[in-house]
Amino acid sequence: MEKGAVIKYDALKAPRTGNWRYLYPEMKKEKCIGCGRCVSFCPEACIELRKEKGSDNKTVKNKARVDYDFCKGCGVCASVCPVRAIIMKKSE
Amino acid sequence: MNKELNRYLASGHSACAGCAYPAIVRTVLGEARSPVVIVNATGCLEVTSTLYPFTAWKSSYIHSAFENASATASGIESAQKILFKKGKIREKAKIVVFGGDGGTYDIGLQSLSGALERGHDFLYVCYDNGGYMNTGNQRSSATPFGAQTETTPIGKEQKIGKTQLRKNLMEIVNAHNIAYLAQANVAFLDDLKMKARKALEVKGPAFLNVFSPCTNNWKFPLSQYVNVAVLATETNFWPLYEIEKGKYKINKVISNRRPIEEFLKTQGRFKHLFAAENKKTLEKMQEMVDEEWKKLSANASV
Repeated sequence: MEKGAVIKYDALKAPRTGNWRYLYPEMKKEKCIGCGRCVSFCPEACIELRKEKGSDNKTVKNKARVDYDFCKGCGVCASVCPVRAIIMKKSE
Repeated sequence: MNKELNRYLASGHSACAGCAYPAIVRTVLGEARSPVVIVNATGCLEVTSTLYPFTAWKSSYIHSAFENASATASGIESAQKILFKKGKIREKAKIVVFGGDGGTYDIGLQSLSGALERGHDFLYVCYDNGGYMNTGNQRSSATPFGAQTETTPIGKEQKIGKTQLRKNLMEIVNAHNIAYLAQANVAFLDDLKMKARKALEVKGPAFLNVFSPCTNNWKFPLSQYVNVAVLATETNFWPLYEIEKGKYKINKVISNRRPIEEFLKTQGRFKHLFAAENKKTLEKMQEMVDEEWKKLSANASV
């Protein structure tokens, strides 16, 4: 039996679905409470929580961040956000 | 790109914007504690995640056909068993099958039944979007009563849409006396997570039936899949329950269920039901939902 070849995953070659987008989600960082609801419901898994410093430069809080390379602009994140920190806007 | 969620299914797949099943796939596979082999029946998931020459899967993946996803899984499981016995592999992988409702309720039912009966160690996850959405919205036996599809159109004579009832797959699978099966909803991911963990721990076959709204062919706005799915459970159209060794348990009891109209009016495929001549049909649908719920709660209370 021959040994099979292993195809390595290369993220850089992946198709970018960001160009499907008609509307884009705009994150309002000051409103985001870091609950992670948008993260789990996003069909592209392109939102992640990152620790960021608050306005007073001391407190560290989780804030959602969108990867616009893959975001298809469906708006699910905006519809599930409990504090309306995400607003869908028309792309230029 | 979220690395944690990208562990098995990567970003960049070509599912419609606002599709529900990526969340299901990622949640179920996120609970796996051992390596997994993914078997996929033909359907939206297979078509959109494996566009030649790319693949969105970062784990072992096999696709054969609509009707034999469970048979393929049985083969892998048996091969693995014998290789393990001979000492050629050190660890057994968990086999997870994903199929749409067309590949589970209709075409793949015989191979699913066979695999369940033989007792192979695998988890079958059916994402139920109520029709053959990838080929353009043809009816399946999971399409609910009253839905308009390409093959059950509204005409001069026929004003209801699909006139047959849904198949109760959970009862069919339960008739095989398997250790764990559950019905879940994509809007309640914590519940789905708990069920996936239980199902993956079971030795032998397990089954999950997960509600997965289709934005394109149910005709609702792109951003609304979570809200539509929440309404399905809150109107008792899609109750969340599990059957563990024959014992029913309802995971979310809705004390004050909403009328079924609230779920129906979110979708374009039920638009015709709100015409004046279909008032009786709506009442009938409400009765049917209540009847189903009564049956289920009677089973759960025994």
